[in-house]
Amino acid sequence: MNHHPAAWGQPLTAHQQFDMYSTNPMGMSAPRSAHSHGPVQNTQWPLVTGTSVIGIKYEGGVMLAADNLASYGSLARFRDIERLHALGTHTILGVAGDMSDFQYLKKELDGLLREEETLTLTDAHPPLSPNNLYTFLANLFYARRNKINPLWNACLVGGWDFKKDESFLGYVDLLGTTYTAPTLATGFGAHIAQPLLREAYEAKAGVDLEGRPGADGRLLTAEEAEAVIDDCMKVLYYRDARSINKYQVARVTKDGVSISESKSSETEWMYAEGLRGYGGQTQ
Amino acid sequence: MALFAASAQQEAVAAPIQHRFDPYEDNGGTILSIAGADFSVIAGDTRQSQGYNIQTRYARKVWQLTDKVVLATNGFAADGANFVKKVKQRLEWYENAHQKQMSIKSIARMIQTMLYAKRFFPYYVYNILGGIEEDGTGAVYSFDPVGSYEREACRAAGAAQSLIQPFLDNQIYFRNQTFPADQPKPIPGNLPLGTVLGLVIDSFTSATERHIEVGDGLEMYVVMAKGRAVDDLTSKGALPEGVVVEELGPLGEGGGERTFLVRRTLKRD
Amino acid sequence: MAATGVAPNNIGFDFSNYARNEFLGARLGAQAKTTSTGTTIVGLKYGGGDSGDEEGICLGADTRATGGPIVADKNCEKIHYLTPHIRCCGAGTAADTEYVTNLISSNLELHSLSQGRQVRVVTAMTMLKQYLYRYQGHVGAYLVVGGVDSTGPQLFTVHAHGSTDKLPYVTMGSGSLAAMAVFESAYKEHLTKAEAIALVARAIRAGVFNDLGSGSNVDVSVITKAGTETLRNYETPNERGIKSRDYKFRRGTTAWLKENVRDLVVSEEVKVTMGAGKAQQGTTDRPVAVGAGPGGEEGMDLDA
Repeated sequence: MNHHPAAWGQPLTAHQQFDMYSTNPMGMSAPRSAHSHGPVQNTQWPLVTGTSVIGIKYEGGVMLAADNLASYGSLARFRDIERLHALGTHTILGVAGDMSDFQYLKKELDGLLREEETLTLTDAHPPLSPNNLYTFLANLFYARRNKINPLWNACLVGGWDFKKDESFLGYVDLLGTTYTAPTLATGFGAHIAQPLLREAYEAKAGVDLEGRPGADGRLLTAEEAEAVIDDCMKVLYYRDARSINKYQVARVTKDGVSISESKSSETEWMYAEGLRGYGGQTQ
Repeated sequence: MALFAASAQQEAVAAPIQHRFDPYEDNGGTILSIAGADFSVIAGDTRQSQGYNIQTRYARKVWQLTDKVVLATNGFAADGANFVKKVKQRLEWYENAHQKQMSIKSIARMIQTMLYAKRFFPYYVYNILGGIEEDGTGAVYSFDPVGSYEREACRAAGAAQSLIQPFLDNQIYFRNQTFPADQPKPIPGNLPLGTVLGLVIDSFTSATERHIEVGDGLEMYVVMAKGRAVDDLTSKGALPEGVVVEELGPLGEGGGERTFLVRRTLKRD
Repeated sequence: MAATGVAPNNIGFDFSNYARNEFLGARLGAQAKTTSTGTTIVGLKYGGGDSGDEEGICLGADTRATGGPIVADKNCEKIHYLTPHIRCCGAGTAADTEYVTNLISSNLELHSLSQGRQVRVVTAMTMLKQYLYRYQGHVGAYLVVGGVDSTGPQLFTVHAHGSTDKLPYVTMGSGSLAAMAVFESAYKEHLTKAEAIALVARAIRAGVFNDLGSGSNVDVSVITKAGTETLRNYETPNERGIKSRDYKFRRGTTAWLKENVRDLVVSEEVKVTMGAGKAQQGTTDRPVAVGAGPGGEEGMDLDA
């Protein structure tokens, strides 16, 4: 079901009618196509999924956050999954979407990095920059979409670019669509977290002549950035039904990558005590 | 099917896979190009969107290909980025093989073949090519996603095409304008640069007012013919307030043509 | 009582045109397009406690109306009047929000007249939800109803299908997630009036700048026991700049095939022979200036 409010009240397409309440894969199988012959042909469908990843640039680095949940339909199936993965020394990958595709990605990228590492040992071979790894991912995702056999993910890549002496933050998804911005979020985070991230970032950095944030060149400090990230993760936990109050924050600076231990937001439910019904009820 | 009946497992792999996956997306935005007698303007907004979401306020849609050719792409952003990459690769190969940059009319024909090569899984991209022709005149070529193309004096494409093109037909082609008997209808494609830039800016600010997918920033590439004076672009007060001009260095050996990037903001709502 | 063979009471609603519309839609390739108010609308309760301000409701809305990707109205009003103490923000199909709020507003006036007292916000909300439920979502109005009555400040959302919610802070429309993110991160009980207005405006701005369905200006309404304060275009963060060029055309630019000039002034001589219309002593005929009448002075000047 399309949970975006713009879709409310719209008639459901056949696609949406199938598994309206996102209980798939439990107790559901893809409908048989009228034109198919032989046994049911299963649609590729994300099974075990991770929700939003969010990211923001700050003074001297970039910060990513993702929670520790891998859902199986509407079941909170795995509650200790790490969706932030370091790629080498100065790049971090945050992945939403299908977790088996994420594991495949990790295997591919770690293999690539291992090969590169041997080259760096024997030769004057520069290590892969965040931009290199991002381009590799974009090509991989686009090649798979061209085969109509996508990797069902949306990723954020954060890193430190030594050439430009600034942080890097990019997005790539199952269609091979890419874009960069000083604040990014995937999935539900694009609706919930991105407005808060943009507001905080632009309040300090201003906007340049291409409408691009950052004209004033003053970026958030690491502490300010983490405060915004924490706020976003809390709001996401309040409003994203596929989230959990347990998340990690990764930072990349000149000095390398660090991924935090899992942490929780301090939540506030007291106001719920005062709620009474949905209409005339007062008791 | 009988072919695969031998093994159920094999069938699961070899049978045609039915996907619900839609490989296309519309990322909004608008591009526009206008040719002058000895220059060409190629412009695009910088918003990339998906549905009601702004993915980024700054994504490039206009690309400098050679010292006298600029390409604007619009439609599905992933196809656009990858198409431009392939075009640039082919141009590099050409330059290595022939020790010169490809001419605009050859690039146009090459783009046609590249687009048509994917006739049955098209690049969902509308391309507009602008630059300087071999004879030194400003040129605009516009393409559909499968390679049909045409040389024109001006063209708008993308989300706000239906808003901008009628305006251009009126202002560039002088459609629905009658001129007095003693003043012949002007020939399209001869407007001065200042007028053209004014029309481009007004096209985009107006499209931003009335189309939700247009906004954030505006990039206008101006390609000047060899030997043309550039003070109507670079002199003080030549352009309105809030517009910034930057000259882009030559990509090749430099044949005398000059490319400028003119930028300004658009509304962000 | 209901004997067999008696036709069922012909009351209620007739959906038989639904099939016709589907048929026409299929034949024409599309259903009739409606203007949607893309929209960010919000509301919150404020005041009371140790805020020092009396309790009230603050409502907010953007001012963009869309038809598909086209902006239909850059400065529409989405905060509708229901009663002097109740306002209603509308998202969804523009015609439906307009009609349903007008209808319920009239019914509320009749209701208060018949009962001889101010209507409560729950009454407005109940009338809206019952009306909308009957139409099973086909009347596409998504509403935020807020007001102050004898029971204090009240705030509800009403969905097109008829479900309602009663919460201290609410958002609706395509920008509701952006606005709710702001509320979830910054809402507190017992805000002052100034804080409430600032937070509502900030939530609407989140919608305006992050949701393509929302845009232009910020409208705010503040309702207290004393009545409603309407802050139309409270913020205008998206004013259009000046155009680079002037688009005045030379007179005669538009081609014409045929010219036909008609004198619209009818002069008629009337001879009064008797009675009240007879020419009177002491009055003089005065010629009327060209361009006089409604809008006279700055009226159309044909030869400018």
